[in-house]
Amino acid sequence: MDDNLINILNSVVANATPLVIAGIGETITERAGVVNLSLDGSLALAAMIGFVTALTTQSVILGMIAAMIAGALIALIIAVAGIELRQDQVAVGFVLTLLAADLAQFLGQNYTRIPGPTLPYVPIPVLRDIPVVGEIFFNHEPLVYLSYALIFVTWYALFHTRSGLAHRAVGERPAAAFARGTNVNRLRYFYTILGGALVGLAGAAYSLAVKPGWSTPPVMRGDGWIALAIVIFAGWHPFRVVLGAYLFAGLRSLASAIQRSPDIQIPLVLLNGLPWLLMIITLVLVSGGAVERLLNIMPRPLQKAMRTVLRSDPPAALGTRFDEG
Amino acid sequence: MNPPSNRTALTVGFALLPIIVSLVITAVLVLAVGSNPIDVLVAVAEGAFRNSNSFAGVVNFWIPLALCSIGLIVTFTAGLWNIGVEGQMIVGAVFASWAALFVDLPAPLLIPLEIVLAMIGGGLWAALVGFLKTRLGVHEIFGGVALNALANVWSIYLISGPWAPPTGGTAQATAPFKDSALLPPLSSEFPVSLLALILVAAALVIVTFALRGTRWGLQLKATGKNSKSALLLGVPTLQSAMTAFIVCGMLAGIGGAYRVLFTYASLRPLASGGIGFLALLVVLLVGLRPMFAVMIAFTFAVILGGSTRLKVALQLDQSLAGVLQGFIVLLVLLSNGLRQRFTPSAVEPPTPITATVEVQRIQPPV
Repeated sequence: MDDNLINILNSVVANATPLVIAGIGETITERAGVVNLSLDGSLALAAMIGFVTALTTQSVILGMIAAMIAGALIALIIAVAGIELRQDQVAVGFVLTLLAADLAQFLGQNYTRIPGPTLPYVPIPVLRDIPVVGEIFFNHEPLVYLSYALIFVTWYALFHTRSGLAHRAVGERPAAAFARGTNVNRLRYFYTILGGALVGLAGAAYSLAVKPGWSTPPVMRGDGWIALAIVIFAGWHPFRVVLGAYLFAGLRSLASAIQRSPDIQIPLVLLNGLPWLLMIITLVLVSGGAVERLLNIMPRPLQKAMRTVLRSDPPAALGTRFDEG
Repeated sequence: MNPPSNRTALTVGFALLPIIVSLVITAVLVLAVGSNPIDVLVAVAEGAFRNSNSFAGVVNFWIPLALCSIGLIVTFTAGLWNIGVEGQMIVGAVFASWAALFVDLPAPLLIPLEIVLAMIGGGLWAALVGFLKTRLGVHEIFGGVALNALANVWSIYLISGPWAPPTGGTAQATAPFKDSALLPPLSSEFPVSLLALILVAAALVIVTFALRGTRWGLQLKATGKNSKSALLLGVPTLQSAMTAFIVCGMLAGIGGAYRVLFTYASLRPLASGGIGFLALLVVLLVGLRPMFAVMIAFTFAVILGGSTRLKVALQLDQSLAGVLQGFIVLLVLLSNGLRQRFTPSAVEPPTPITATVEVQRIQPPV
C-alpha cells in the first residue's frame, strides 16, 4: 500500500479520536435519558484547562485529570438542573455551551499560542509490525488506544451486562426500571457525570495531542456539535459512533488533500463547509421517513441488516425527567 | 402558608440572588487573571456611557439583538429551538450586501430593497431549517447549527472570492458600500439609524399583538404546548412551525442587514457576531414576553458594548461579557428551579420553554 495513503489513514484515526471519545461519552449520557447539549463549549473549556494544567504542572496526566473534572462538573450542573431543579436540559445545556466557550476564551487568554507538553507517541510493540494495519492503528499516542478500549468496554457494558440493562432501562422506560427497584435518578447522575468526564478527556485529546496548545478561537470549535450529531447518526450505538467519527475525520483529511492537490481548484473556504453538509445529509438519512423509504426499495434479505445499520431511534425517555413516588 | 410579605421577599430574593452571585463569580474570575474587578466595572461603564458615541455603540448592538429576540419569541412560542438564527442573520446580511454592492438606485429606493432582500434571505434560510425539521425529521438544533456554519462559509467565500475588493482581497471585508446603500445616522454625535429603531418598534408591536390577539398566534401556542393534541384538534401544526421559522428568519435577516449596512458598512466574516446566540439567552431569561425581552436585550447590549473597551483599557479579552451574561442566565434558570422547589404554590413562569431533542416529525394525520 502507498505510504502516503497509510499516513493519511493514520492521521484520520488520530484526528477522529476526540470525536470518538466525546461521542461515546455523550452516548453513555443519552442512553441514561439525559441530554448534555454543552459539548461544543465543554470541549473548549476542558481543552484549555487540560492544557494549562499540563503546562503549569508539566504533567500530561494531571492535565487529562483536570480536563475530565471540568467536563464532569459541567455535566453535574446539567444533571442537577434537569433532575433536581426540573429545568429544561436543552436550555441549560445550550447556556453552558456558550458559557463554557467564553470561560475558556477568557481564562485562557494568557496561554494562547505557547508550546506545552504533549502526549508521547507509544507504538504498540508487536501489533505495530502488522503490515498496513499496524501503521494505521497502532502507532499513536495513548488516548487513541484508550478510545479503542472505550468502544468495546462501552458496547459490552451496555448490551451484555446487568448494569447495562439498568443503564438502558432508565433511558428507555424509567418508570419500569423504578418499579424493578432501580434508583433511576441516581443512575442518571452517575452516567451523566461519567459521560461528561469523557467529554472532558476528549477536550484534552485536542489540546495535548491532536492540535497541541490553546488558541482563540479554539481549533475544535464546531466539533462538539458534530459529536452530538454523530451520536444521533450512530443510533446511540458505540460501534456506529466510531463509524461516524472516522467518516467525519476522513472527510476532513480528504478536504485537506484536495486543497494540497494542484490539479483541483476548489477554494479552501468552501471545503470548510463539507463537514456541515455531511452532518445534514447523515441526519436526513437516519431521521424520519428517509430510511424506511430506502429500506423498502432494497432486496428483502438486505433489509434486516441495513435496518440495524441505518435505523436511529432515540432512547424513549431522552430529555424527560422522572419523578419518583 | 407564608404571609404575603415573606412571599414578596422571597420573590425579590430569587430574582436578585442569581445576578449578585454572577457578579461575584465574574469578579473572582477577573481576579484570577490578575485584574481588578473595580477597574473592569469602570472600563465597561466607560465603554457604554463615556459619551454619546459610545452609547450609540450600545444601541447599535441592541437593535439586531432586539430584532432577533423578538423573532425567537415567535419560534419558542411554537416550541421550536431556532439556533439557526445566527445563520439567518448572516444570510440576511449577504442578501442586503448584494444590493448594496451591485444595485444602482437612489437611497430611498435602494434601502427598502436591501431590507426586503434581507428579510427574504433570512426567511429562506429559516425555511430551510423548518423544511429539514418538518419534512425530513432533522431536529432544528442540528439543522440550525449546520446551516449557521454553511452560511458563514458562504459569506467568507464571497468576501475572499467573487466579492473581494478590487484592491486585493484580504478576506477581511468587501469594499466599503457606497453612501446611498448605507442607513443614514441620526447625527454624527449619535450615530444610530432612525429607520432601524422604527423597525424594532414595529416588530415589537406586530409580534406582541400577533401572538396575543390573532388566530395565528393561538395556533403557534397550541403547537408549542402540545403539537400532537394541537394536530388532533385541527391546528395546522406544519404551517405553524414553518411560518414561525420564517417570521423569525425575516427579523434576524433585518438584524444581519443592520450590521453590514450600518455598523460595518461592508460585508464581513461572521457578520452576526454571536448576537443571535445572545438573543437566545435573552429569551431563555425572560420567557415569551416581547417587552421584557427588548429591555433585557438592552441590558445585555450595555454589557456587550461596554466590554469592547476592556481590550483597550485593560488588555482583557472581551469574552468576559459572555461569561457574565452566561452566568446570569444559568443561575436564573437554576434559581427558577429552586424557587419552584421551595414555594410549590408559586406561580409558574408564564409559558415554560420546553423542547426535547427527540426527533419528532410533525405530520398530518392519516
